[in-house]
Amino acid sequence: MHRDPPADVTIINFSEPQSLDPAIISAQPDMRIVSGMFEGLTRSDPKTGSAVPGLADHWDISADGRIYTFHLRTNLVWSTGEPLRAADVVYSWIRTLDPDTASDYAGQLFYVKNAEAFNAGKLKDASQVGVRALDPFTVQVELNHPTVFFLELCAMPMASVVPRQAIEKLGDNWIKAKPLPVSGPYQLAFWRVNDKVRLQKNPRYWDAANTQSKIIDLLPIVSASSALNLYERGQVDIVWDKELVPTELLDVLLKRPDFHTFNYLGTYFIRFNVTRKPFDDVRVRKALAMAIDKKRIVERITHGGEIPTSHFVPDGTAHYTSPEGLGYNPELARKLLAEAGFPGGKNFPRMEYMFNAAAGGGKIHEKIAIELQQMWRDNLGVDIELRQLEMQVYLSEQDALHYDISRSSWIGDYNDANTFLAMFVTNDGNNRTGWSNSHYDDLVQQANETTDAARREKLFQDAETILVRDEVPILPLFFYSGINYFDTNKIQGIYNNVVDLHPLQCIRKVRNSKPEIRNSEQ
Amino acid sequence: MYFLRRLAYMIPLLLVISAITFWLVHLAPGNPFATERAPASPQIEHNLRAKYHADEPIWKQYVRYMGGLLHGDFGPSMKYRDHSVTDIIHQALPVSMLLGWLAFGFAMGVGLPVGFATAVRRGQWHDYLGSFLALLAVCIPGFVIAPLLVLGFAMKWKLLPVALWASPLHAVLPTIALGLYFAGKVARLFREGMLNTMQMEFVTAARAKGLGENTLLLRHAVRLAVLPVVSYAGPMLADLLTGSFVIEIIFQIPGLGVFFINSSLNNDYMLTVGLALLYAVLLIVLNLAVDFAYMILDPRVKYE
Repeated sequence: MHRDPPADVTIINFSEPQSLDPAIISAQPDMRIVSGMFEGLTRSDPKTGSAVPGLADHWDISADGRIYTFHLRTNLVWSTGEPLRAADVVYSWIRTLDPDTASDYAGQLFYVKNAEAFNAGKLKDASQVGVRALDPFTVQVELNHPTVFFLELCAMPMASVVPRQAIEKLGDNWIKAKPLPVSGPYQLAFWRVNDKVRLQKNPRYWDAANTQSKIIDLLPIVSASSALNLYERGQVDIVWDKELVPTELLDVLLKRPDFHTFNYLGTYFIRFNVTRKPFDDVRVRKALAMAIDKKRIVERITHGGEIPTSHFVPDGTAHYTSPEGLGYNPELARKLLAEAGFPGGKNFPRMEYMFNAAAGGGKIHEKIAIELQQMWRDNLGVDIELRQLEMQVYLSEQDALHYDISRSSWIGDYNDANTFLAMFVTNDGNNRTGWSNSHYDDLVQQANETTDAARREKLFQDAETILVRDEVPILPLFFYSGINYFDTNKIQGIYNNVVDLHPLQCIRKVRNSKPEIRNSEQ
Repeated sequence: MYFLRRLAYMIPLLLVISAITFWLVHLAPGNPFATERAPASPQIEHNLRAKYHADEPIWKQYVRYMGGLLHGDFGPSMKYRDHSVTDIIHQALPVSMLLGWLAFGFAMGVGLPVGFATAVRRGQWHDYLGSFLALLAVCIPGFVIAPLLVLGFAMKWKLLPVALWASPLHAVLPTIALGLYFAGKVARLFREGMLNTMQMEFVTAARAKGLGENTLLLRHAVRLAVLPVVSYAGPMLADLLTGSFVIEIIFQIPGLGVFFINSSLNNDYMLTVGLALLYAVLLIVLNLAVDFAYMILDPRVKYE
């Protein structure tokens, strides 16, 4: 048992971190911690979540949008005192791309010239990768084609700057270096497995004057009732994961002023395996899609402020408005199904809907599955069986196309339509439907090669129309709604934004607060 | 000699257990490297497999694993990538052991007196009440008891902490929640043991000789009556010391119990095998201790 001196702010952060290595992590709870420890050329604005100057204080972009020249701040040092220079940035990016690092998120740097070839081991010479230090304070990045969201990528953990001095000495154990050099606002005070991660202010951070809290504790708690109990007893200040609200109490809790819901870039949808009969027939996919009343799902099951949708890219995505997809139309659905050779659901083969057990032990996926099953039966006369799997099994089955219909979800990595639409390009690792459409591939590629914002939006809209109206390899159900809880009179500096990013250094607890000095919600 | 021989048997036994678990975890469906976000190129998963030697045949992985084990290295965790299995056990086992011993103390401290009292006052109201409570403790599972305790003592009366593992007070509710079932078990076993012993001839003989009832029960009967409890105590302690998934999740205790469940859900092969071996060693050693205790308590038992 450890009796630690009290923290300034205590946050329940959901699952135990799988890692604190920025190149390795892929789960959101891990990113929330790591973003506080390691910073990139840009960082996230606490209010909007979009990229603002970080280690680089300004940059130039070439006219064709392919060359970014970043100018580092001249006063940068590691938390251990050594100067932090352009070479450290280059080292960090190359490390993420290095095949030996085996980073899941390395793909987010493939926009950089030769990065993909280097990651695949086809190119051995790291100096051929399009990231260079022109001088100690200048980093130049060469991209394959103009990438409008590139600055957002620079703020993500896999592009943050990590300490070469520790990594070269300790290898895979570098995160346990004592002291661990960090480039961001917080140092790692300690990390006790399944107990807590304690972060302590890094006084050498370039913006340390604006770091609001000295000590922040992040607790790995996955039980919603334990999280709520700790919060109600005042043991923790902030609970920030949707899974940490007991669903049975959702209706009551959401009426309270300290429970906040917000929309973010995440879509709950269904994948059809188009390589299996009868889902190779677009009429069948359309019929199943139009037989679902999405409004009923959000009203009867999720009721946390989720928005039912017919399109895939979430509302609120920057510089983009989605086209409408297929609506609820049981009549037309029946007609299409009959045309496909299954009038009234007759002779429809035995098909399964695959879903995973929900993380916090909730039953949300199961409830939705039952509701879908019911609607398909009522509206089409089709009997779909349900198949619940453990997470790892579900993921590998989905990846191997060992399913008929699969529950799915996608959370945007950055605020741009590309993070949603690029995944359905032919053979993309996240496609997982077997669907391939060369016109769609072309549209997405063209959109990513243009710098003209209006043309880019149009190209993406055309692509999305194919996805959700013409071909329907997926069926979007609703956009996620996030929930966090904290008392706005006591905690300030958390602003709800569409990317659900809340930089730790902005969060503070107000002592002897008067009510409503400044409402920290937007 | 007997005990040395038993200890020596441990080695082939553990070899068999390790081989079977190693094979079984790889047989289970799922893949430790499957993620919600597919890596950008198949090369990344390939690199990852190479890093953990998952691309080698299973027998080769097993030999590699056993080689590491000889040096006390349980291998890497595939899910918690900054930690080795040794590291996780090193951090979490002491927590589970502390809570386990506390719960063991509670189970014995409550179970034995209740068992004794219900046996001695057989057929009286003490017996009915005690036996009923013991039965209740055995029947109600931890995931019901624990939230009820939290609701009463932590949320309503605010006497004890809700969860976390930060002070002796934090240990009170988890100890009770974890130990209650075992306390009920111990009470029932001890009551049975006492009732059996009290009908034995040597007790009647001692009573006829005019031995005081208290001396008789406490000095002579208890030694034999406690034997069923002792044989149960071995596996019980192995269970308690390695942590409980339910109790650790509800009270947010950084013990080993959650890893037993999650490692297999995550297909975290090395962690699952490491924990299975740890549990096996504990079980074997504790069963040996039980035999040893038998020898001391029951003069009729001799080991050759």
